[in-house]
Amino acid sequence: MWKWLHPYAKTQNAYQLCERLLPWFVTSALISFVIGIVWGLAFAPADYQQGDSFRIIYIHVPSAILSMGAYSAMAIAAFVGLVWQVRTAFMAMVALAPIGAVVTFIALFTGAAWGKPMWGTWWVWDARLTSELILLFLYLGVISLYASFEDKHQAGKAAGVMAIVGVVNLPIIHFSVEWWNTLHQGASITKFDKPSVAPDMLWPLLISILGLALVMAAIFIRRLQNEIVRRELNRPWVQELVSAAKEK
Amino acid sequence: MSASLTAILRRDLALAYRQRSELMQPMMFFILVISLFPLGIGPNPEILQKVGPGVIWVAAILSSLLGMERLFKDDYNDGSLEQVMLSSTPLPMVVLVKVFAHWLTSIVPLLLLSPLLALFLNLTQEMYWALLLTLLLGTPLLSLVGAIAVGLTLSLNRGGVLLALLLLPVFIPLLIFATAAVEAASLQLPYNAQLAIIGAMLLISLAMAPFAIAYALRVSQN
Repeated sequence: MWKWLHPYAKTQNAYQLCERLLPWFVTSALISFVIGIVWGLAFAPADYQQGDSFRIIYIHVPSAILSMGAYSAMAIAAFVGLVWQVRTAFMAMVALAPIGAVVTFIALFTGAAWGKPMWGTWWVWDARLTSELILLFLYLGVISLYASFEDKHQAGKAAGVMAIVGVVNLPIIHFSVEWWNTLHQGASITKFDKPSVAPDMLWPLLISILGLALVMAAIFIRRLQNEIVRRELNRPWVQELVSAAKEK
Repeated sequence: MSASLTAILRRDLALAYRQRSELMQPMMFFILVISLFPLGIGPNPEILQKVGPGVIWVAAILSSLLGMERLFKDDYNDGSLEQVMLSSTPLPMVVLVKVFAHWLTSIVPLLLLSPLLALFLNLTQEMYWALLLTLLLGTPLLSLVGAIAVGLTLSLNRGGVLLALLLLPVFIPLLIFATAAVEAASLQLPYNAQLAIIGAMLLISLAMAPFAIAYALRVSQN
């Protein structure tokens, strides 16, 4: 596996791999996201208690799950970068951070919009809401630490350390706020037992999760390419790329 | 190795002693912030007792953040940090000694002030003992984890606000467990569990933070 992965530590190879992968990701993301959202919003049966307003679940749950997924991916990239001194990994981390922050914000926003009709309030200091909010702060910390360095290689290392500190802390934060205060309902699809969601509501939900993951991956690939080009602007292959783009 | 470590400890303590006025500032800040709260939320002793532990802990976190920037700054500016890095003494050990000296000189005074603040906020005796124990276990954790971010922001000119931005979310679990312990004490319940968790977090950070701080310093020194 190392032999297979190693060439992609070079930015040029990573760039070209991104170029090849991007169309696949864009098409599959569009297809699954549209199917998941349309099925969920228009065709899935309404909830017997919450009526149609439960449909926000098809945006809320995917973004909440993937906000944490993106953070772990970011921390893994930081770890790879710090341990094996791979520059491309830091670029991947930086490309991921804003995507994760936006998705975390979407999860918080849709959660507030869902909480208003269901719990009668926009915001409560409940465990899950709080840990999601802290997750947003952690993302913003990594982004602003990276932004405040002039030397971007140093910035990548520093932000990487902070991302890993955050990931060590996340489970502690999670459990501390869990014991502190809980109003949010428990996990309904990620528990090992049989899921407690009806199958014709569950399927569109799973497809929306997959869809959002693919959308994020597609955006990530494009952002990674941008980051590589921005950082490697003085390399001959980037210069060629730029002049080729100008001729077109 | 231990000779150079004691030398560093003595040097840091002497330096802190000669800059007494600078050490006073976080303490003044600590008292001032806490005396703002009764003015802001009213002098009702029951309400003060209810919010007291949280207020003292938040103020302790904020004032430790204020003093923390000094941890490596002078050594970084005059180049002695670079010399320490080049020396044969392992950097994680040096860092641990420096964090300890910093804790001793800028946090322990806050602990000594805490009885006064407990009076200000009308804490009961049980609550005060729980508060003191959580502060004793929790503030070294603040220093150790904080030093990682201090190391990372060292080469930046305006690291102060950024430091707070990076660290405050990380300190949330500590705040939760510490105030939960004091609240349990106010209801005359046992609070060993919360203390044990804070102790566990302290031990984890004691084992891992020195290496992270050393790495952060190397990143800053480039």
